[in-house]
Amino acid sequence: MRFLYFSKRVFKEIVLDPLSIIFGLGFPIVLLFLLSAIQSNIPVSMFEIDSLTPGIAVFSLSFITLFSALLVSKDRGSLFLQRLFTTEMKPVDFIFGYTLPLIPLAILQMFVCFAFAVVLGLKISLGILFSILLLIPCAMFYISLGLLFGSILSDKAVGGICGALLTNLSAWLSGTWFDMSLVGGWFEKLANVLPFVHAVELGRCALRCDFASALPHLLWVLSYMLVITVIAIAVFKRKMKQ
Amino acid sequence: MNDLTLDIEDGELFALLGVNGAGKSTTIKMLSTLTKPDSGDAFIDSKSVVTESDYAKSVISVSPQESAVAENLTVKENLELMAYAHNMTKSTVDEKTAELLEKFSLEKYKDKRAKTLSGGYRRRLSIAMALINSPKVICLDEPTLGLDVLSRADLWEIIRELKGKVTVILTTHYMEEAEKLSDRIGVMKDGKLIACDTAENLKLKTGKDNFEDAFIALVKEGVK
Repeated sequence: MRFLYFSKRVFKEIVLDPLSIIFGLGFPIVLLFLLSAIQSNIPVSMFEIDSLTPGIAVFSLSFITLFSALLVSKDRGSLFLQRLFTTEMKPVDFIFGYTLPLIPLAILQMFVCFAFAVVLGLKISLGILFSILLLIPCAMFYISLGLLFGSILSDKAVGGICGALLTNLSAWLSGTWFDMSLVGGWFEKLANVLPFVHAVELGRCALRCDFASALPHLLWVLSYMLVITVIAIAVFKRKMKQ
Repeated sequence: MNDLTLDIEDGELFALLGVNGAGKSTTIKMLSTLTKPDSGDAFIDSKSVVTESDYAKSVISVSPQESAVAENLTVKENLELMAYAHNMTKSTVDEKTAELLEKFSLEKYKDKRAKTLSGGYRRRLSIAMALINSPKVICLDEPTLGLDVLSRADLWEIIRELKGKVTVILTTHYMEEAEKLSDRIGVMKDGKLIACDTAENLKLKTGKDNFEDAFIALVKEGVK
């Protein structure tokens, strides 16, 4: 019960913040709309709706990191969290409390993104469901990243690191906006080491129900998710002791 | 903190006074297990707050400086959050929440978000949250800081009612508050307790007519 009630508070803090709605739900819809408009005037295969939607869904998840990191970081400096530290709540209650409410929010965000894509012409298929399901580990990766950054950065630094750097990395190194092979060299190699391009490819493969091709990307994303989650939990617990 | 030794009786209202940086809030952080002392210990019911911190957490509550409340939760939800954080069962939570809403005249605001409350009511909520688990000791860290005269008087009434039922450790910058509410007053300077007695005795010891002058004499001249 301890973590459930704390989760409720985390959920309310995020959904009652208008910025969460604007960036979490509104921004992906605007991006989908604009890029589809470009596609209809100047056809680019990359901006075809079934290729574009998983990319925008993954990009949108980077805002979940921003919301999560901002909340944890602000809480760290607040007397409210200090007050909760004087209760019988354990580190595990805080970790679940901060992460669990973000999972349904991330799923909702992806659902809204795919639903709007359907309006723009994406064919309704089971692939949409598979794409959302297989992107949940990617959502977990971004949520854990939020816990990690929120545990070590001030809220101002979170704005810079998560709001600017991470969202840009998620965009440029994801293969959503341009083909990585067009740049090639170290840029393509770096993109392939990081999880973003794999997350987008995972979403694309799942959307066309091509699970054999999705598997290596899923393993890549899962590995990042596990490593970042373990690091985030260890760092949060250490910070809590301090 | 430096060589701080003091005993506080069950049900006593003990005020800690001192200029900024004297160590009042640090003392409260140590008592409430937020900060571990480099050395030394404090005991509640003969149990150490250092080695038996779980027990300390179950019997000490803190109402921190400023109103540490969850802004987007309602008044009732804030109380429930604290209750569940203390491992209370659903039926006890309901019972205790209703009791505190009534006691602190918060019933009509129970469904309002905490951030919409006035300063005085936020402090009431903050103290009510600290009392949700029926603690043996409650630490009130500058509970009336920044409040208007009427809100302060209301809060004093609430604090007075706690006397004898809960051990209250109160830190404040307001001399009048300490004098009017406390059974005893400890004066801190540079992490040390430089005086500890009733307000009347401290005035007698320093030869001053009012408590503010007595406090200044103690801090400036160190008269014991």
